[in-house]
Amino acid sequence: MPNFNDILILLPELYLVAAACLLLLLDAFMKAEQRPLLHWLSIAVLLVGIYLVVEGQPSQAVTAFNGMFVRDGVAEILKVFALLTTVLVFIYAKPYLMDRKLFVGEFYTLTIFAVIGIMLLVSAGNLIMVYLGLELLTLSSYALVALNRDSRLSSEAAIKYFVLGALASGMLLYGMSMVYGATGTLDLAHLHVAATQTSMPHLLVFGLIFMIVGIGFKLGAAPFHMWIPDVYQGSPTAVTIFIGSAPKLAAFGMAYRLLASGLGDLAYDWQLMLACLAVLSLAIGNIVAIVQSNLKRLLAYSTISHMGYLLLGLVNAGPEGYASALFYAISYALTGAAAFGLILALARAGFECEEIDDLKGLNQRSPWAAFLMMLVMFSLAGVPPLFGFFGKLMVFQAAIHAGFLWLAIVGAVFAIIGLYYYLRVVKVMYFDKPVEGTEIRLQGDVSVRVVLSLNVRALLVLGIGWGPLFSWCQRVFVG
Amino acid sequence: MITLSHFIVLGAVLFCIALASLFINRKNVIVLLMSIELMLLAVNINFVAFSRFLGDAAGQVFVFFILTVAAAETAIGLAILVLLFRNRSTINVAEIDSMKG
Repeated sequence: MPNFNDILILLPELYLVAAACLLLLLDAFMKAEQRPLLHWLSIAVLLVGIYLVVEGQPSQAVTAFNGMFVRDGVAEILKVFALLTTVLVFIYAKPYLMDRKLFVGEFYTLTIFAVIGIMLLVSAGNLIMVYLGLELLTLSSYALVALNRDSRLSSEAAIKYFVLGALASGMLLYGMSMVYGATGTLDLAHLHVAATQTSMPHLLVFGLIFMIVGIGFKLGAAPFHMWIPDVYQGSPTAVTIFIGSAPKLAAFGMAYRLLASGLGDLAYDWQLMLACLAVLSLAIGNIVAIVQSNLKRLLAYSTISHMGYLLLGLVNAGPEGYASALFYAISYALTGAAAFGLILALARAGFECEEIDDLKGLNQRSPWAAFLMMLVMFSLAGVPPLFGFFGKLMVFQAAIHAGFLWLAIVGAVFAIIGLYYYLRVVKVMYFDKPVEGTEIRLQGDVSVRVVLSLNVRALLVLGIGWGPLFSWCQRVFVG
Repeated sequence: MITLSHFIVLGAVLFCIALASLFINRKNVIVLLMSIELMLLAVNINFVAFSRFLGDAAGQVFVFFILTVAAAETAIGLAILVLLFRNRSTINVAEIDSMKG
C-alpha cells in the first residue's frame, strides 16, 4: 500500500509532471507574442526541480512503491545535472527557434517530459521502471526530432531514429524477458541476489547480451551507432543540443542500474563485451569524424568516441570505475551543451552555421566566439587543463586499475587521432580567411551570451578545480 | 504436452522473423512498423510464458505496460510516417537516403 512517504520521495518527478501539464495548458491559451513568458516559466520550473531534488535528498538511499523507485546519491547527481543541462538547452535554443518559426510550446513541454523520463530512468529500481522511463525519454525525443515539420531532413532523421530506437527497445525487452525467466524477478535489488543462484545461467547470459545491445544503442556506442550521425544532422540544432547532452547522463544511469545494480555479479561476463564496444566506438568515432565536413555530423562522431571513453570507465565494474564514468558523462553533457550552444548562437535566420567552412575566419569577425569555440574543442579533445582532460584521465586510470591496460592504451592512441579533427576546426577559425560577403558573429540576446560564457568558463573552472565534483561522484558509489 | 521451451522457441522464432523483416525489407516503412510490433509481441509471449511457469504475476504486469507503450509508440511512428510522406511523397525505405557518411 503506497503511503504519503512514498509520494514525498517521488516529489520532484510528480512536481515536474504537474508543471509540464500546466505549461501545456497555459500554452494553449497563450498568444504568440506572450510566448517568451512560457520560456522563462519553463526555466523556472526546471530550477525549482533542481531545488526539490537537492532539498529533499535523504541522507541514505530510500525506495518507494515497493522498490520500484530508488532515490540515492547516484540518482541525485544525475538528476541535478540533467536538469541543469536542460536549462542551458532552453536558454541557447530560444533565439534559434524564434528565427525559424519553431518557437512553440511543444518544444518546452516535450523536453520537460523527456527530462522526467530521464529522472525516472536513473531512479529505476525495477525493470518495468527502466523500460517506462526509457520510453518516456525516447518517445518525447522522436517527436522533438520531427519538430520542424516542413524539413525533409528532419522527417528523415525522425523516421530513422524511430525505427532504430524501437529496435533497440525490442532488443532490451527481449533481454529483460530472458533475465526474468532465469531469475524469476523484475526487481533490480532481488535480481542482484537471484542472479547468483539461478539454475539457468545460460539463459541469464543470453539475456544479458541482448540487454547490452539495447544499452549500446541508447548510448550510441559502435556498432550500434548508426542513428547518431543522421539524427544529429537532420534534427533542428535546438533539438540536437538536447539529444546530445542530457540523455547521455540517462544512458549512463541506465547502464549503471541494469549492469551494476542488477547484474553486478555477472561483471566478469559483461566487462569484455563493454570493452569490445569501447574499442569499436573509439575507432569508428574518431576515424570517421576526420572526413566529415558538416560540423553537427562531426560532433555526432565525436559523441560516439566519447561514449567509448565512458565505457572505459564502466569496464572497471567497481566504485572507482562508476565514479569516473559518471564524471565523464557530466563533463561530456556540459561540454556538448556548450559546443552546440555555440553553433546555435552563430546561426541566424537562413544561415545554419552547420558546415565547418562556415566558421572560416571567425576569429576576425568575432574573436570572443572563436575563443569560446576553441576552448570547447580543446575540452572535447581532452587538452589540459580543461574539463574533458580530467574526465579522460579518470577513465584511463579506472581501466588500468581493472587490469585493462591495453584498453587504456587504445583509448590514448585514439585520443591523439581525435585531436586532429578538433584542431582542424580551430585552424579554420583562426588561420583561414573569411569568405567575402558573409557575416558570421554571435547572435542572440544577453542571456545567451552570458550563459554561454559562464558555461565555457565552467569547463575551465571544473577542469582546474575538478576535486569537489569528482569527490561527489566518488561519494555516491561508496556505502 | 506443451512445455516452457515450446513457448520460448515460439518467441524466439517470432523475434527472428521480426528482426529479419526489419533488415531485409527495402520497400515500405509501414512494414517496418509491423515488424517492430511483432518483435514486441514475441517479447510478450516470453514474459507470459515465464510468468505462467514461474508462478509469478510480475511478468504479466510487464506485458500490460509493454502493450500500452507499444500503442503509443506506433501512434508516434505513424505520425512521423505521415510527415515523411508529406515532405517526400514516398515511404520507400530505399529512397530515404539523403544523409550519408
